[in-house]
Amino acid sequence: MAQLLEIQGLRRHFGGVAAVDGVDLALQPGEILSVIGPNGAGKTTLFNLITGLFPPDAGEIAFAGQPIAGLAPDRIAELGIARTYQNQRVFANLTVRENVLLGAHRRLTAARSLDLLPLERRRSGLFSGIGLLAETALALFRPPAVGREEARIGAELDEILAIFGERLLPRKEEYAKNLSYANRRRTEIARALAARPTLLLLDEPTAGMNPTETAEVTEQIVQIRERGITIMLIEHKLSLVMSISDRVIVMDYGKKIADAPPAEVAVDPAVVEAYLGRRVRSHATVP
Amino acid sequence: MLDHLINGLALGNIYALIAIGFALIFGVANLINFAHGSLFTWGAYIGWTLIVVLGMPWYLALVVAALGCGLLGILIERLALRPLAGGPPIAPLLSTVALSVVLDQAVERIWTPDPRSLPAQVPALVFNVAGVRVGLPDLLIAAIGLTSAAVLWLFLTRTKLGWAVRATAQDRDAALQMGVDVDRIQAVTFGIASGLGGVAGLLVGIYYNNVTPTMGFQAGLSGFSAAMLGGLTSVPGAVVGGLLLGVGESFGAAYFGNTYRQMISFVVLILVLMFRPSGLFGERSALSIDPGFGGFFATGRTFQIRPRWLIGIAVVALLLPLILDEPYLYRVFTVALIFAILALSLTLVAGQAGQISLGHAGFFGIGAYTSAILTTFQGYSPWVTLPLAALVAGLVGAFITYPALRVRGHYVAIATLGIGQIVAFTLLNWESVTNGPMGITRIPAISLFGFDIVRPSEFYWLALVIAVAVALLLWQLSRSHLGRSWRAIREDETAALTVSIRADHYKALAFGLSAAIAGLGGALIAHFYGYISYDSFLARESILTLTMVVLGGMSSIPGAFVGALALIGIPELFRPLADYRYILYGILLLLVIRYRPRGLIGGP
Repeated sequence: MAQLLEIQGLRRHFGGVAAVDGVDLALQPGEILSVIGPNGAGKTTLFNLITGLFPPDAGEIAFAGQPIAGLAPDRIAELGIARTYQNQRVFANLTVRENVLLGAHRRLTAARSLDLLPLERRRSGLFSGIGLLAETALALFRPPAVGREEARIGAELDEILAIFGERLLPRKEEYAKNLSYANRRRTEIARALAARPTLLLLDEPTAGMNPTETAEVTEQIVQIRERGITIMLIEHKLSLVMSISDRVIVMDYGKKIADAPPAEVAVDPAVVEAYLGRRVRSHATVP
Repeated sequence: MLDHLINGLALGNIYALIAIGFALIFGVANLINFAHGSLFTWGAYIGWTLIVVLGMPWYLALVVAALGCGLLGILIERLALRPLAGGPPIAPLLSTVALSVVLDQAVERIWTPDPRSLPAQVPALVFNVAGVRVGLPDLLIAAIGLTSAAVLWLFLTRTKLGWAVRATAQDRDAALQMGVDVDRIQAVTFGIASGLGGVAGLLVGIYYNNVTPTMGFQAGLSGFSAAMLGGLTSVPGAVVGGLLLGVGESFGAAYFGNTYRQMISFVVLILVLMFRPSGLFGERSALSIDPGFGGFFATGRTFQIRPRWLIGIAVVALLLPLILDEPYLYRVFTVALIFAILALSLTLVAGQAGQISLGHAGFFGIGAYTSAILTTFQGYSPWVTLPLAALVAGLVGAFITYPALRVRGHYVAIATLGIGQIVAFTLLNWESVTNGPMGITRIPAISLFGFDIVRPSEFYWLALVIAVAVALLLWQLSRSHLGRSWRAIREDETAALTVSIRADHYKALAFGLSAAIAGLGGALIAHFYGYISYDSFLARESILTLTMVVLGGMSSIPGAFVGALALIGIPELFRPLADYRYILYGILLLLVIRYRPRGLIGGP
C-alpha cells in the first residue's frame, strides 16, 4: 500500500544540539502512530519539521507522494496536514466559533476562487496581488456562492463541536482566552478537524488533563480515526498510547530507537533503558 | 577623505552609546524602548542648563546629566512599564511611544522649541597625527565613548550586579529562581541605559555647539539601527554597529549630500530587518516573540454600542448642516472626519491584522501629494485624483512595507516608523516633483456639479460621506473570511500559518488597503487646506493617529470616529492649552494603556 507520509534521513540541529538526528519513518493511511520518548528527545521538533515551521537541515519528507520538506507551513497545511500544539495555540481574542471556522480556511474554495494558481507558482508577486484583490472584491460583494459556502461551513461547525459533547457547544460565542485549559485544548483539536485533514498531528493532547478528561480524549481520538483521518500522536501517558496506537515509535536524543506495535515496544530493552536508565548489576565492578 | 573617517568615528561613538542602551533594555526587558531617543535629548538639555545657565564645567555637567537621565530612566521603568508586566507585548510598546511624545514635548515647553547654542567647551585644537588632522572634540568623544563602553563591559563581566543583569537577559525566569531580584535588575538596566543615552546627548551638544528638542528622535533611530546592525542583544555588537553606522553616515553624507544623511540610518535599519534580522553578531535570532496565552489584547472593559445608535448618529450628522450654520464647528468636524479616515485605515492594519504601524502619516502624505500635484500642476479633476491618490498610496504601501512583513511584534513598529520617515524625507528632498520644503500651495478645491466645495459645511458633508463609506467597507471586510484571517494573524501568526493562512500575503493586503484608505484621507486634507508641506506627515502625526485608535479601541470602527473626534476636538475646547496638546495626547495614551487597555469601544 502507498504510504501517506514517508520520512527519510530527517535531520535538524539547533546550535550544537541535534534535535532530530536522522529519522526514517513511514505512516500508513488510517493508522494511529504514537511518538514517545523522554523530554527533549526531539518529538515536537519532528512535528515542527513535518508541518514546515522550520526547514530540515537534511532529509526528505513526502506526503501522499509529494515532497514537502522545505515548503512553507501554510502550504503544507493547505495540502491537508493539520496539527495542535504542545502548549496550545488557540486564537485567544477570537470566539470558539471563529477559531473553528479558521480551521476550515483551506476549504474556502468560493471565497478564494480566484486564487487558483498551482501551489508552486503562487509566490510570484503580480499573480498573488491580483488574486488577493479579487479575494477582497469577493469579500466585499459576497456573491451567493460565497454566502452559501460560509453557511455550509457554519453548519458543519456544530457537528465538529458535537464530538466534544456539551463541552464546547454552549460556549461557541465565548472568547477562547476565557475558556478552561481543557476546553482550549478541545477548541484547538476542533480547529484542526475543521480543516478536514488527511493527517492530524496531536502534540500531547491530554497534557494537564485529569483521568476522566483523558479518557474522554482517548475516545475522541478513536472517533477521529473512524472519520478516515490518519493520526500521529505525541503523548506521555503510556496507558493511552498503549490502548489506541497501531504502532509506536520511540525517540531518544533525536534518534528513533524503536518502531513496533505497542506490546513489543513496552518490552524493548532499548526503550526501557531510555526511560528508566541502564540496569546496573549489583556486583558490577569498575574496570 | 580621512576627515570623514574621523568625523564618522566620533559620530559612531555616539551611536554606540545609544545602541548599548537599546541592547541592554532589549535584553533584560524584551522591549524596544521608543523613549530612548528622548533621554538623549534630556541629557543634552540638562547639560545645557548646567553649563550655560549655571556655569558648571562641562565634565561635571556630563556626570550630572548622566545621573539625571539615569534617574529619569528608573522612574520611567517604575511608573510606565512595570505596571504593565504580564500583559500583552503591545502594551509596553505603546507605553514607550507615548513616553517619547511626553518627554520630547516637555523639552519644547521647558526650553522652547528653538535650538539653543552651547558655546565651545573645549578649545578647537587640531593635532596633526601622521598627516591626519584630528580635532580635540573628536578625540574627546572617542575617549569618553570608549571609556564608557569599557567601564560598562567591566561592570557586566566582573561584578555580581553585572552578572545578574546578564543572567536576567539570558533567562528571566531562571534568574528569578536563582534569587535574582529581576525587577530591581530591570530598574538598574533602565538607569544605566538612560544614563548612557544622556551622556551621548550632551556629547553631541558639545560637539555641534547646539541642542534642539528634535535631536533625540533622529539619534534614537540611528542608535537603534546601530543596535540592530550589531545584533540587538550584544553590547560589543552595539559598539561595532555604532562605529560602522557612524562612518557609513559620514561618507554617505559626503557623497550624496547632507540632506540624505538622515535617510542612511533608516535604509540600514530596513536592510538589516530584511536580510539579516539577527544582525552582524547576533547569535540567536532576536525575532521570535510569541504571544502569551492572553493573545494580542489585554482584558478590559468597554462600552457597548448598538447598531441603531450608530445609524441614528450618522443621520443626525448628515442633517446637521441643514439645521446649524457654524463654519468654525464644521472646520473642526471636517478635520476630525479626515483624521477618522486615517484612523480607520489603522484599525485595519493594527487592530485587525495586529501590525502596529508608526508610519501611516507617510501614506497620508503620499495621497496628499499625489492629488495635490496632479490637480495643481497637471490640471486633473480632483474626482479623478482622489481615487488615484488612494491607488498610488495603496501600491506604494503594499510594496514599501515588504520589510515589515518578515518581522513580528515590536519590529513591525520600528520598521514602519523608519518607512514613514523615509517617505517624509523623500517628500522633502524630491524637490523637482514635490517643491521641497516650500510645499504645495493653491491646491484647487473639489467641485461638484460645477460648484466648488469651499464652504466648511459642504466639505464636512463630503468628508462625512467618504468616511462613512470607508467605515462600511471595513465593516464588510471585518466580517468576511479576510477579517477573520487577519485577526488570526494578529493573535498568533504561527498558528495562523498552520491553518493554511498565507500570513505574508494577507499582511501585505492589509498594508496595501490600509495605505490606500490613508492616501484617500490625505488627498482630502490637501484639498481642504489648499496647502501641504512635508512636515505635516512626520512620525508625530502617525503617533497621533495611533493614539486615536488606541483610545477608541484598536479594532473598533466606531472607535476610530470617537478617537479622532476626541483628539481633534478637545484641544479646540482648550485653546489656551494649544501648545500642550501633544503632551496631553501622550499622557492620555499612557492612561488608556494602563487603565482602559481595550479602549473606549472594544472591537472584534
